[in-house]
Amino acid sequence: MTVRTAAETVVGDLVGPKTIPVTRETLVAYAAASGDQNPIHQDEEFAKQVGLPDVIAHGMWTMGAAGAVVAEWVGEAGRVVEFGTRFTKPVVVPAAGAELLVDGRVTAVDAESRRATVEITASSAGAKVLGRCTAVVQLD
Amino acid sequence: MSEGVNQDFVGRTYPPSGPYAVSAAEIAAFADAVGADDPVHRDAEVARAAGHADVIAPPTFAVTIAQQCDRAYVMDPESGIDYSRVVHGEQRFVHHRPITAGDELTGELTVDSIRMAGGHAMITTRTELTAGAEPVCTSTSTIVVRGGED
Repeated sequence: MTVRTAAETVVGDLVGPKTIPVTRETLVAYAAASGDQNPIHQDEEFAKQVGLPDVIAHGMWTMGAAGAVVAEWVGEAGRVVEFGTRFTKPVVVPAAGAELLVDGRVTAVDAESRRATVEITASSAGAKVLGRCTAVVQLD
Repeated sequence: MSEGVNQDFVGRTYPPSGPYAVSAAEIAAFADAVGADDPVHRDAEVARAAGHADVIAPPTFAVTIAQQCDRAYVMDPESGIDYSRVVHGEQRFVHHRPITAGDELTGELTVDSIRMAGGHAMITTRTELTAGAEPVCTSTSTIVVRGGED
C-alpha cells in the first residue's frame, strides 16, 4: 500500500470518480453491521407508508461509501482524519438497485502539516445526496 | 412533534457510557457493508505495517458507538424527542487516532445545541470517544426532528 505524499498533491487534483452499486442486500448488510434497523432502509411497504418514494439507503451508508473512495485515493483508511457531511437527499433504492456516483477534488494542501482537504460530491439518479461533504487527509 | 423538544437539555453532558468493545469481526462486517476494500480493515499484518496495533475501522464506524451513546438522550422522555420524526441531518468525525480492534471505548455525550427553524428542531450532539485517558474520536451529529404537517 502506498500513501499519497504532500509533495505530489496539488489543489485541483481529482478523486474518483467511482460508481458504487447499491442494492437492498447492501442495506440489509449495513443495517446488521451498524445496528440501524430502521425499516425505511429495508421494507418497501413500510417506506411507502411513511411517504417515501421507495426504500432509501442509510445516510451513514452513503457517507461510508464516500469515505471508502477517499480512503482509496489517499492510500490508507487511517489517513482520513476528519470527515463531515450534510445529508441533503436520500439514495432511493428500488428492487432493481441503484448507483451512487462519488467524486472529489482537492481544495487545499498544507505543506507543513502535510494535510489536504478534499471536497466530495455524491449523487444518485441525478440528485446530489451529500452536501458540504469534506474530508481532511494526512498525507505522507 | 418538534415543538415539544426540551431546550433545557442544551449543554447537558451525560455520564460516560460503555465500555464498547470493538472486534475485528465487527470492523470487517462494517467495511464489507460500505465497500471499504482497504486491507487495513481485515489484515492485522497490513494494519501493523501501517503503524496500527491491529485492524482499524473505516472512518465512519464511530457512528455505531456514538448512536448507542445518543440513546440515553434521545430515548429520555424528558427530552421531548419523537424518534419516529427524526432524520439524520449532518455528521462529522474528527479522528484523534483510528478506532482499532481490541479497543474498549467509552463515550461521553453532550447536547451542544438545539435550534428551532421552520417548525423543525435541529439538535446537535457530540460524543467524545476515549480509550482510557486517550482521545480516539469526536463524533458530532445533527438530527432533525420534523414538525407536524398539519
